[in-house]
Parts: sequence; C-alpha cells; structure tokens
Amino acid sequence: MERITKRFAGVTANWAVDFDLRAGEVHALLGENGAGKSTLMNVLYGLYQPDGGRILLSGREQAFSSPRDARAAGIGMVHQHFMLIPSQTVWENMILGHEDLPSILPKKDVRRRILDLSDRYGLAVDPDAKVWQLSVGEQQRVAILQMLFRSARVLILDEPTAVLTPQEARQLFDTIGQMTAEGYGVVFISHKLDEVMAFSQRVTVLRKGRLVATVATEATTKERLAEMMVGEKVVLEIDRPAMAPGRTILECRDLRVLGDRGFPAIRDLSLSVREHEVLGIAGVAGNGQQELCEALVGLRTADRGRVIVDGEDLTNASPRTFIRKKVHYIPADRKGTGLVANMDVKENSILKRYSARPVSKGGFIDWKEVASFARTVVSRFGVNAPSTETPVRNLSGGNLQKLMLGRELSDSPKAVLAMHPTWGLDVAATKFVREQLLAQRERGAAVLLVSEDLDELLSMSDRLAVLCKGELMGVLDAPDRTPVETIGLMMAGTPLAEIEGAEVSA
Amino acid sequence: MEILVPILTAAVRSGTPILYATLGEILTEKVGVLNLGLEGIMLLGACSGFSVAYFTGNAWLGVGAAFLVGAVMGLLHAILSVTFKGNQVVSGLAITMFGTGASSLLGRTMVGFTIPGLPKVPVPYLSDIPVLGKVLFDHDLLLYGSYVLVLFFCWFYSSTRPGLYLRAVGDNPRAADAMGISVDKNRYLYTMVGAGIVAVGGAYLSVSYTKMWAELMSSGRGWIAVALVIFSIWNPARAVLGAYLFGGVEAFQLRLQAAGTTIPAPILMMLPYVMTIAVLFVIAIRQGKGIIFGAPAALGTPFYREERD
Repeated sequence: MERITKRFAGVTANWAVDFDLRAGEVHALLGENGAGKSTLMNVLYGLYQPDGGRILLSGREQAFSSPRDARAAGIGMVHQHFMLIPSQTVWENMILGHEDLPSILPKKDVRRRILDLSDRYGLAVDPDAKVWQLSVGEQQRVAILQMLFRSARVLILDEPTAVLTPQEARQLFDTIGQMTAEGYGVVFISHKLDEVMAFSQRVTVLRKGRLVATVATEATTKERLAEMMVGEKVVLEIDRPAMAPGRTILECRDLRVLGDRGFPAIRDLSLSVREHEVLGIAGVAGNGQQELCEALVGLRTADRGRVIVDGEDLTNASPRTFIRKKVHYIPADRKGTGLVANMDVKENSILKRYSARPVSKGGFIDWKEVASFARTVVSRFGVNAPSTETPVRNLSGGNLQKLMLGRELSDSPKAVLAMHPTWGLDVAATKFVREQLLAQRERGAAVLLVSEDLDELLSMSDRLAVLCKGELMGVLDAPDRTPVETIGLMMAGTPLAEIEGAEVSA
Repeated sequence: MEILVPILTAAVRSGTPILYATLGEILTEKVGVLNLGLEGIMLLGACSGFSVAYFTGNAWLGVGAAFLVGAVMGLLHAILSVTFKGNQVVSGLAITMFGTGASSLLGRTMVGFTIPGLPKVPVPYLSDIPVLGKVLFDHDLLLYGSYVLVLFFCWFYSSTRPGLYLRAVGDNPRAADAMGISVDKNRYLYTMVGAGIVAVGGAYLSVSYTKMWAELMSSGRGWIAVALVIFSIWNPARAVLGAYLFGGVEAFQLRLQAAGTTIPAPILMMLPYVMTIAVLFVIAIRQGKGIIFGAPAALGTPFYREERD
C-alpha cells in the first residue's frame, strides 16, 4: 500500500501511509485507539475507498471497489466485531459470499471442508452450531475459518486478542504460526506491546493517522515502540496507595439475572464492595458483566436474590432510587445509555439532578444554575468542548467519558460502577479516568470496575472477581500477585477453588 | 362434517389473498426492508389485475399485470428506502395511501363489471380424498400457486445460496457486505418481487375470489398480512396456518350472517380485526418473555457502508 489517504467528514483518518506485507510473515500494526489502524486495513479490504494512494499486490496495481474484489485477490479480514450472522449456523456463515458454490448448497461437502480446515489449523468448531450460541473465542475461530475456507492468502486480524483469555490468545498465535509457515501473510492490529513483541516479525506504528515507522521486531524494544506510538515518553504507572477498606457499601446475594434472550446471564452470584476499595470484574466479554452492572443499579430486574446498598435492601428498586442512594453508573456505551447524543453538554450534565434543587425550582429548570454547574464539570474534568451548548455527539470518546465522569462523580457517590471506562481512549485520557476513579476510592467510595483489559484490572483493583458464563469463578484478594495463568483459567471457566486444590495436591 | 366442508373450503379461498400477501412481505422483510404499503399494493393488484383480465379476456394476463404493477410499487419503495435511505414506515404508508386512492380512481369505470374468472381444476386423485380433497384440491390454478410458493420459499430460504444471502443481508448487512454480497442489489430485487407477490394476492381477490372489482375491496387484508408476518415468525409454513385461520374467521362470520343470526352484522365483520389485535397481543407477551426471536435483525434499518460506529 502506497501513500494511502482516507478522510471521514472532516477527519483525516489516514494520511499518506505506506505499508507492505511479505508472504510468510506476521506484521503487527501498532497504534493507539483512533490512530487509523483499522481504517487502513479496511481500505486494503475494500470496505473503504481511499481518497488517495494505491494498492499493489505482487507488483500489480489493484482497484478494490468492495470486499468482494479484495477477497477475490486473496485478502481476508477478521474484524473486531466479527462479521458473522448470529442467527445462522457455522457452515452457513462459512459460505457467505462464496461465489464458486452451486446455487443449491452442497451441505455435506461444505461441512467436510470445514472439519478438514479446523483440524489442520487447530480451530475446533461445530459446523452445525448457531453462531449466537458460541463463545466469543469460538466465533473468532469461525471468522478465521471463514477466510481460510475462501482460500485467502493474506489474513488481517483486527485486535484479535481483545476478546480472548490468555490461553485462547496463545492458541490463536499457534494457529497463526502454522499459517505463516505455509506461506500466508498475516497482519495483526494491536495496541498491546507484549504480544507485538512476542509474535511479530515486523511492526508498523501509526500515530494520529500518520506512519511513524516500520521496524523489524528484533531490532526494537517495548519502550521504543511505546514512545513511537504515543509520541513522547510515557509513564503509565499509577499510584494506588494501600488503604484499609471500610464497611460494605454495595452487595448482592445469590443474584440471578436474565439476559436479553431470557436465559440466566448471572447465576447465584454473591459479591460485595467496601469503602476505600476497588473491586475489579474480569471475564471475557459477554459473560454477564453488563447484566450484573445493570442489576446493581436498577436497570434490569433481578430474577432472584438481593441487592443491598449500604445495609438497605434495594432489590429491584427504580434506577432513581439508586441515584438517590448515590450509586452511580458509568455504562460502556457512552452515547447510548450514558449520554443523550443530540442534547448539549449542559443538558447532559444535569440528567441525574434535574428534579432536585438547585437545578429544579418549583417544577421549572433554572438554566442559569445548569450553565454554572456545567461550567464547573467542564473545567474540573477538563472536558474539551467548544461550548456547553455543543451537542455531545460532536465530542470525542475521551471528552464524552470525562463529561460522564463529571456528571457521575460530582455528587460524591457512595458507590461507582464503571464499565470499560477507558475503552477507546488515548493514553492521556485513560490515565485521567483511572486517576479519577482512584480519587473516589481515596475519598471513601466503593468502586466496581468492569474491564476487558487485564493490565488495567491488575493495576487498579484491590480485589478481583472473575466471571465466566455468569458464574463467579472466585475472588482474588491480591490480584497483582496472582499468576496471569490462574486468572486465564478462571476466565475460561475453572473455579478458583479447583485451581488451588490442584496446586495443593501437586 | 357436512357443514364443515363448505366453511373450510371458504376458509382456504378467503385465506389465499392473505397468504400471498404474507409470503411477499416475508420475502421483503427477510432482506431487511419493511414495506407497510401492502394494503395499497393489494388494491392496485386487484384493480389492475381485474381491468387487464376484463379487457383482454384473459385472467392470467391480469395476474401477470398485477405482479408487474406490484413490482413497480416495490421499486418505488426500494428507491426511497434503499437508495435514499428514507424512513421505511413513512414510505410504506405513502404507498398504501397512493394505492388506495389510485385504485379507487382508476377502477371507478369498472364497478359493476364481472368476469368469468379462473376455471376450477380439481387435482386428479388428490381431490378424491374425503374432506381434505374438496377443501384443498378443488380450486383454480392461482390458488394452487400459493401452495407451490410456500413449498418453494421453505426450500429457498434454507437450502439455496441466494436464500442464504438474502437472510444474511436482512440479519447483518455489514457482515454481508464484508463478505462481498451486495446489500442494495438484494434489497432491490426482493422488495420488488415481494411487492409483486403481494399484488398477486390482490389480483386473486378480484380475478378469482369475487370476479369483480369493488372500491377498497381488500378491506384491511394487507394490514392483517403485516400482523401475520410477525405471527408466522418469518416462516412461510407458519404463514399458511395464520392465513387460513383468518380466512376461517372470515368465512365463519359470513356464514353466520347468511344464517340470519341476531348478532348485528358490523359486530361480526369486526371479528377478523379483533382477532388480529388478539394475535398481536399474544405475540407481544411472548416476545416480552423472550420466547420469540426470528425477526431479521436489520429489519427497517437502512445500510450505510462507510458509517463509523
């Protein structure tokens, strides 16, 4: 790819980026969120049309007007959000877009080829399972098989390990190793330095849409890559002073919560968070984290069990009751549950205090009061917005998150539930969010932190609870001193008690 | 038994236009397009089908004309909702209003005309089966056409490549696009064919069922079909059940009226619509409990390739 440029409504996502891939190599594409990694690969895959530059394949210029062209040229991509049809079976997904097959589908042949491929590359799947029934790790295998099935020679993996347990990630890299040995070229997009160092031959670093450098992995170090990625020397260390936890603030007992499809998403879960404490929740995405948080703030009904806030039973109380009891929630989807995209900064800042003094006076909203509160939030939390009248849909992810933090943390909460609070943020914003959460802990709040970033959980949490399929696998009292393998096993469904039992007997 | 046979036969006959409309709408919705123009398209189909049948003297030409008129309305809906990504509910309602008005205007001169319609063709052997033979296999070819269509669609959706693509586009257009399936092409094609089939349902009403044209003769069957699509969970085989159930209620209330019951006719005529509400009510409850899921996930949402989320 030569001098690829891509713009989106005023934003330049890629600016004259060069990129090349050799057969048989693993080439990592590294950069912060929003650096333009996925955009660049979507251009290569024909999903986006470049505004400038050209794509060469084995020396010949290509014009991909759609993914169909790219795939015909042997390029396959596995997106972060898998491009699978959840309601269809694995084998049906496998043949989507496969033009060489006859119109009346040869089910048996397809199934045999899937099993052949999955054998050869260690990608175990059941061809007849429906995709929505599969775990995220299995879905990824389906997505990779889908590309192999179509005899792709170049495979692009977008943040493939984000949704995997450490063990699954290792398995994935074994598969990739097998493929490169057979001459496949693999690009994997990542922002995790460790896996880039361990599994790639070359690294290309992007920053703010521009190419920083392409280097051989052997000839560089983790620190050098981090510097290239961020543009300056960064210290990601955060200071978490030891604190004695106080009394229990937020607690659930034998909680059972149903998911959207009516099946239990949380099964008989008991947890508690105390003052001056961060309880981390680890687990592969979609193992009940969302449902748990929602049940703990009144957004989802508990089927069984109890939710107790500061000694008071609030099971299935209204969200408003939870807000009044100073239980604050920072949801994962900022523009959905968190903020109203079409309302402006000042309106969003009072979404939880509109009904009480001083904002509400005799049933009317005192807009002067609102404006002054919004200004306080904006300045205290460093929200970078043109004005408090700007609709929040125009704010970047980092500023959205700061605004939401400002709204939730200005009321000196007793408990804070944060779900993926640093997802998609750059290094500076990530650091700010983490510091704010730790400041709440210091002030005396109970903090419940859900994240998929294990490093984040390990550096932030006083205790770490691991969920798998809605069940508690155990709570680690000293997570930063626990081997990562143990956490990985728990994420994959082995209860802590079993792991410890095995250690004792060994 | 003796009383049941005519009622069941009438149920099948009066259920057929609804069945056609439901099958057409299932096709359109499976590809992710919601077309609420059914009522208008049925009326246009009935009107154009009857007029062509009347003036050419060939009922089958009428049916073909109805299909074409329906497809044109489908094309209109596709242009608005696929290319211009407009609101599909609004576009559909507009088509219903247009179809209602246009068919009343164009059909004005034909009120009172009658045609011979389509000849009965009893299916050999099958029509000799007691009860069932008379109920299912002693009709005209257009009615048999609906049987063929049901079997065809069941097979088409589950066992063919185009059927698979169609479902992919309706469930996850982004993924389908990434797999190289053209979302727009699929949506155009099936919106047009679906609307064409809906119009054939309308033509069945005028060309075969009543053999005449009357203003607003579809009398809400298009809306009932919209409800039946949900009732059938987008499954053509279940659509048969729903359509004949409504046909049965219709036939039953006509019988009651003819028998001179004391219940006022307007109350009886409400029965199919009351039942529609009841069916939707039950479905809503079941959906709330998470028992039903089968709706194409992208139903009613336009697809933008370069949208960032």
